[in-house]
Amino acid sequence: MEVLTILIPVSLILGLLGLGAFIWTLRKGMYDDPDGDSQRILTDQYDDKPKPVAPENKQT
Amino acid sequence: MSTLRASACPACAAAPAAEDLARAELPKARVLLSVPEVHCAACISTIERDLARMPGINSSRLNLTLKRLSVDAEAGIRPEDVIARLDALGYEAHELDAGTLSMTETERQGRELLMRLGVAGFAMMNIMLLSVAVWSGAEGPTRDLFHLISAVIAIPTVAFAGQPFFRNAWKALRAGRMDMDAPISFAILLTLGLSIFETLQSGAHAYFDSVVMLIFFLLAGRYLDFRARAVARSAAQELAALEVPRAIRLVDGVESIVGVAELVVGDLVLVRPGGRMPVDGVVVSGQSELDRALLTGETLPVFAGEGTIVSAGEVNLTGPLTVRVTAAGKDSSLHRMADLVANAESARTKYTTLAERAARAYAPSIPILALGAFFVWIYLTGGDIRVAINVAVTTLIITCPCALGLAVPAVVTAASGKLFRKGLLIKDGTALERLADVDTVVFDKTGTLTMGTPVPTNLDTAPDNARRVTLALAEASSHPLAASLAKALRDLGVRPAPVSDLAEVPGYGVEGQWHGTRVRLGRPAWVGAEAVETTAAYLSLDGITHAFTFTDQLRPGAEEVVRALHQQGKKVWLISGDVRGAVQALAQRLDIEHWQAEALPQEKAAKVAALQETGAKVLMVGDGLNDTVALSAAHVSISPASALDAARAASDMVMLGRDIGPIADALSMSVQAKRRIRENFWQSGIYNAIFVPIALVGVATPLIAAAIMSVSSISVTLNALRLK
Repeated sequence: MEVLTILIPVSLILGLLGLGAFIWTLRKGMYDDPDGDSQRILTDQYDDKPKPVAPENKQT
Repeated sequence: MSTLRASACPACAAAPAAEDLARAELPKARVLLSVPEVHCAACISTIERDLARMPGINSSRLNLTLKRLSVDAEAGIRPEDVIARLDALGYEAHELDAGTLSMTETERQGRELLMRLGVAGFAMMNIMLLSVAVWSGAEGPTRDLFHLISAVIAIPTVAFAGQPFFRNAWKALRAGRMDMDAPISFAILLTLGLSIFETLQSGAHAYFDSVVMLIFFLLAGRYLDFRARAVARSAAQELAALEVPRAIRLVDGVESIVGVAELVVGDLVLVRPGGRMPVDGVVVSGQSELDRALLTGETLPVFAGEGTIVSAGEVNLTGPLTVRVTAAGKDSSLHRMADLVANAESARTKYTTLAERAARAYAPSIPILALGAFFVWIYLTGGDIRVAINVAVTTLIITCPCALGLAVPAVVTAASGKLFRKGLLIKDGTALERLADVDTVVFDKTGTLTMGTPVPTNLDTAPDNARRVTLALAEASSHPLAASLAKALRDLGVRPAPVSDLAEVPGYGVEGQWHGTRVRLGRPAWVGAEAVETTAAYLSLDGITHAFTFTDQLRPGAEEVVRALHQQGKKVWLISGDVRGAVQALAQRLDIEHWQAEALPQEKAAKVAALQETGAKVLMVGDGLNDTVALSAAHVSISPASALDAARAASDMVMLGRDIGPIADALSMSVQAKRRIRENFWQSGIYNAIFVPIALVGVATPLIAAAIMSVSSISVTLNALRLK
């Protein structure tokens, strides 16, 4: 059962990492236009770099 | 450059210092537009690429979910410029008020809710990992350790993610009400408390997973509910901000722009061609024609000269008019209409939604059941409080209305999302349910079933020289009939005749010289022609007169929608303020059996009320000021986006595109949605009927509680997604 002393902290840290990533995407406004994002993938316009964030979503 | 800029920014011209300051900070204009017709990847790239080529535009982004375009531009770019550019691309756009929309209170609420949902989700997954180990048989100190770690995750999660429920429950309890949030908060806190106690006592019954899951599913329901409302609200807000309540007041011949509220009886007001009458009054000088379509439904412009009585809301077409105010503010006809609307709205009984009815019946039963279980078990076990509390908490968890909280929002979100994609915006949350009851549909004519724009019908009967002269004359005027004639003739390939000395005579028409004779296009009496029965413009040429007749163009989808409604077995009415001939012709063309012409606003509302008195549930579709009372009196109402503010405000749904077809879809969709909501209630009812007895007899375990909760919530959501 000693393995638990490693596995439990690992699972908690992974969970926290996931939560941190979620909060980051939320702050960046990535859930503001789900329909648009699913359509934008079809055009090759911004394949090399992402389109700048809309002014209304800029974080203050 | 400075002179050009000054005209683009009148406020800067008034304050040079401010202009310097603004230039130093590189002024930027933010333009927000609603673009209802976008729907695909091609729309996004067409619009964004085209705007990138437009001078003065820095960047633009189209939000397909909200169908909203935000443009970052140099100062001096006006929303009209962008709208014109989009129009050339074939997209209809409406301006939004950037001030009220950027990161409004509602959007912050949305992000906050999503954040809580995310935190609850991650906590749920981690606790579930630990719980699986416990369910598979972890014993003794290992189990206690796992419970302890779960507690460390669950306590802050409940404190953060559960806040919306605690806040609502506290508000309701302080006001002495009982709503769904009170038993939910009670269950959350009691379960959490019991689980901590059990953990400290090395007990087996810790429900940390269920508590966090309960919060997660309930938040998911709240978030869905919020999204459906937020999309509708932002679009409705924006539409309301379109009209500017200003007027030009004349004092000793000097013009000044004032708010309509400042005008008093006796003031002189100047109304330019294309402007809307701000007040009721009498024309003291000037001649023109008035478009009364939005007020009365009349398609034919009315002559206005000295002494003509005008009402607020009419549009001045050809010449400037000076009007003496006879009624302003509260006494004006616009205000009287608003009062009628308010009366009609208060007379409409408040609609109780299915969800409200379910909550009212269900909410009190949860604590009663749990409390009952507690006392019965104290009696049965001879005072073992720990067992009694355990049974009570299991009962609470299992009865807690997780699926019930998702049952309605999941369906409403799925349905309103589908309708939004078709161009129908649901402003009122209960509208979808009310729409399902409708058995009678009442249409307005002008602007609703028709576009409100005239189209010439007999151009090919006129000789070629008449057509060429007409084109030359028509192009000299901005009158709607002239503009329509000019466009139709151009489309036929007609070239204008060389007519000289063109002059528009406001209120009468256009005249000019052609081969040394006078030619006129305009009203019959002025031209010297005999008036025909339908809408027409008259041409006099070499002593011969021609009448160009017009018909109102049908709104796209009008024929289909009436046919579809008949197929669905609905009664269809056409009630219009327009003249008998025009209404009858349209009714026959669209095969509408019941119609009424020359109806005053009050008569429209009275007709709707009379229909409802016979037990019919009426859907009113209208766009004019004369429809507003009827719109608010009807069981449920729809207006097009081109309608007046007042009409849109009075209606429950707004049709964003030009096509009227989605109305039939909305009706069938609403019936389906209501059926799904009922099914969902039945589903969660059946789950409760099976598992509440299990909890009450005291054999439920944390595993059973967690399993029921997720299965019932997911099945309810899947059922909602079946909507087509």
